[in-house]
Amino acid sequence: MKIDRRCFLSLVVGGAVGTTLTPVPWKLTDDIAIWTQNWPWTPVPEDGPNKYVKSVCTQCPGGCGIVARTIKNRAIKIEGQPDHPVNNGSLCPKAISATQHLYGPSRIQEPMKRAGERGQGKWEKISWDEAIATVSEKLAELRTKGKPHEVACISDTDKGSVAYLLDRFLRAYGSPNFIRTPTSLDAQELSLYLSCGQQGSIGYDLKNADFILSFGCALMDGCDAAGQIMSAYAGFDQKVQLVQIEPRLSDTAGRASKWIAAKPGTEGILALGLGHVIVRENLYNKDFVNNFSAGFEDWQDESGTAHPGYRSMVKDYSPDKVAELTGLSSQAIESLARSFVRARRPIAVSGYNSTGSGSLDQALAIFALNALAGNIRKPGGITFVGEPDYLSWTEMKIDKTASAGNQQPRVDNAGSGSYPHARYLLNQLPRVIKDAKADAPVQALLVAGANPLYTMTDNKAAAEAFDRIPFIVSFSAFMDETAKHADLLLPHPHFLECYQDVPTPAGLPETVIGLSRPVVKTSYDVRHTGDVVIQIAKSFGGFIENAFPWKDYEDFLQKSLSEKWKTLEKKGYWTEATPQDTTWSEAFRTPSGKFEFLPRAKFAGTGSAKGQALVFDNLSLPGDAKELPLILIPYTSARIAHGPVANTPFMTKTVDAGVIRKNDVFVEINPRTAEEYGLSQGDRATLKTPAGQARVRVNLFEGVMPGLVAMPAGLGRTGFSEYIAGKGVNVYSLIPGVEDPGSGLNTAWGARASLAKA
Amino acid sequence: MSTQTDNQTASAGNRSSGWVIFVFFLIGFVASIISGWVAFPKLLYSTKQQPIDFNHRVHVEQMGGQCDSCHYFRKDGSFAGAPTLEECISCHSYPMSDDPNEMKFIEEYVNQEKEVPWLIYAQQPPCVFFSHAAHVKGADMQCQTCHGDIGSSTSLRQYQENRITGYSRDIWGHSMLRLGEPDHGGRHQKMNDCAECHLKQTGSKGNCFQCHK
Repeated sequence: MKIDRRCFLSLVVGGAVGTTLTPVPWKLTDDIAIWTQNWPWTPVPEDGPNKYVKSVCTQCPGGCGIVARTIKNRAIKIEGQPDHPVNNGSLCPKAISATQHLYGPSRIQEPMKRAGERGQGKWEKISWDEAIATVSEKLAELRTKGKPHEVACISDTDKGSVAYLLDRFLRAYGSPNFIRTPTSLDAQELSLYLSCGQQGSIGYDLKNADFILSFGCALMDGCDAAGQIMSAYAGFDQKVQLVQIEPRLSDTAGRASKWIAAKPGTEGILALGLGHVIVRENLYNKDFVNNFSAGFEDWQDESGTAHPGYRSMVKDYSPDKVAELTGLSSQAIESLARSFVRARRPIAVSGYNSTGSGSLDQALAIFALNALAGNIRKPGGITFVGEPDYLSWTEMKIDKTASAGNQQPRVDNAGSGSYPHARYLLNQLPRVIKDAKADAPVQALLVAGANPLYTMTDNKAAAEAFDRIPFIVSFSAFMDETAKHADLLLPHPHFLECYQDVPTPAGLPETVIGLSRPVVKTSYDVRHTGDVVIQIAKSFGGFIENAFPWKDYEDFLQKSLSEKWKTLEKKGYWTEATPQDTTWSEAFRTPSGKFEFLPRAKFAGTGSAKGQALVFDNLSLPGDAKELPLILIPYTSARIAHGPVANTPFMTKTVDAGVIRKNDVFVEINPRTAEEYGLSQGDRATLKTPAGQARVRVNLFEGVMPGLVAMPAGLGRTGFSEYIAGKGVNVYSLIPGVEDPGSGLNTAWGARASLAKA
Repeated sequence: MSTQTDNQTASAGNRSSGWVIFVFFLIGFVASIISGWVAFPKLLYSTKQQPIDFNHRVHVEQMGGQCDSCHYFRKDGSFAGAPTLEECISCHSYPMSDDPNEMKFIEEYVNQEKEVPWLIYAQQPPCVFFSHAAHVKGADMQCQTCHGDIGSSTSLRQYQENRITGYSRDIWGHSMLRLGEPDHGGRHQKMNDCAECHLKQTGSKGNCFQCHK
């Protein structure tokens, strides 16, 4: 008997045949399949009883009510709160996926001070006592030198308790420099103040309107009021007309009854053109215009100088002229004007993160359409929502140093001779710092809730300016772009971990105050910014400490909200019970006591009759039109967070492959533009603007006007985590600022650009 | 021609003969059959002891004869599963008998405030969404239908854990061929078992996302 290779093979074959007749292959296959679907390192939610906590999302100012489902101390799922007066159950992807930020690696987990060079990413953990002492010492030093006004604070909002505490601290300390980051709200608030004399924000009663004329508003494209809009949109019946004026077929345009593609930047001119038709054809609301408005007809002031009125001004904006400027047909303009003013409850809407220029004159021109329709303070029209007054404040005494500091001019030029009405002009700060010859006029900067190094246009210039500020403190919950360039990190909790009041969101026609509250206990060593401000104030002693008589932030919030606290604790929101006053006689607090088409306050001091006209000519974009023949416009999307806080990775997953693929961002161009520049679908190209250049890929899209390059906003993050950063380009970094001569606000709605195949 | 034949004969002389090859085949065959049917199940499953040998019968008698006295539905309709220590303590803060298992429970878990790490026979993987409410309340099914008559048992069965997946042997069933009813008298609980019963009772196997959300 010989045993050789063939015997061995036979043994193996026998074994193989035998094995197929056992459960081994079938059972193993099944078990391996189960194992691969249940990797032991995949996190699995804890099991246990569900708890539902009603709260409010504060990731944007939209104020949407949420219900968070938790198991033990773990937030599992976030959904819209049914019957909430703001969003009525609807919710945007940012809120739905918020738990990913809560548990993600972008969080700053404890107070830290910079260990290496700025922006190098080297940090040293410190205690809260040391962190607060560091801030106090630095600020005390500036105060001793008599320079308290060289401290500034940048915040994403000026409403609500945290903003009030920060502002109150600055006032008690001696600085007038509380600065809100720029948004489309600035021009909205300013136009309301100048034309109606009301401080506050414009409320749009979209739910009851039957003709909504939206001037580039990003209603369904990730505006900071997504829940409010979705809730209104869900209630629209067939008769409601939504007309979207925008150069790009956005989601809003796609859902509108009519999409009108006017050239970007000409929205204000179009509004005047519509006004021209309405006035010429006598279609305006006579009762309102004749009895409750001023500046419609030509008028004379006390010195006898003649001023042109709205009627004379819109004469220059004939449909033919406006058609040429906007790229529309004169018939389209005339028919739009007629259908707007003849609707039962028409409303002209601007703001809502509008893609149009944020200029004051544009906001005034659009507001004037509502006045012509007589829909101010009427159902389906415009309401005035006052500044939040629910926080009851104790008077504070300040010392001489604080008083002298508060009287210094603001570092951002807001409220100065050139811009008497602007409240915050963060866009001017980089230039002011750059132009300073000696030390920078800001020696210490506190950043709370804002992320200016990402959200500001031309953020390279902003970064250079920040480099000259010797001491930057970030209160951010995340390692965002601004926190990365700070010297001291005092992390705020995630919104699911803390109390916070939520003032009425912009655009909402009624007062709704929300309460964001802890859904889970934090697992990090973080502190509420409100608490930190109170603790810093207490460390100063004297007048400053006395201005903060509260134990901590919660104590302050409860005492300030007084009787509203109980309702807020129970329901999560509080609404004003009194019905809106719909009369016009007492509505306006302007010098004339009426609605002012061309606000006298705006031109007070300018003295020239020419100043009476709304100015659009000076708003052209910087750069040489020959070298940079195209126009770059940013667009927002509900699936990409474009504000201070970045997308969650889950949100990025929902973005189409025609917007971002791997780390490349796609810009949208019209096929005609592509042909002109020899570009095909998917080509790599170099995009140049006066502010910089970027590598992009092109996506051919017939829904974007020829000559435009549309780029999504919210990408190109450098902070947060490796799962978020490095995808695409930050479109704001490519857009140089354009100053509105009337208000000082930044009105950049795009940038001149060139696109070349790479 | 003749040279070739010679070569073949010569090489055949060096080879093992047919029956030797067959014997090797048989050895391989029989060895694999034995290891597949006898050794493999023993290797695949490890046997684990429950932390406490729990007497269901005593508890059912004391608690009113219903499973849901301890295995109850929460207010929101979700199923609580095995009771937590807090629920056990409501009776067992002190010993109620001199049973060694109860003494062990009180010493090791109640006094140390530690949850009992029960081994769950019917635990499904986390990728499976199973609603007890839909079956017990919606379809009016009895607990015993799937879980067997655990309520009358006086001690806990042996728990066998699959070394690859980490799940209980009850899901697949004790028989490697999945023949017959499970020993515990309930049902097997693989996906096909769900589908089979759904097809019989509702006329449809159901859709993927009903259980795999």
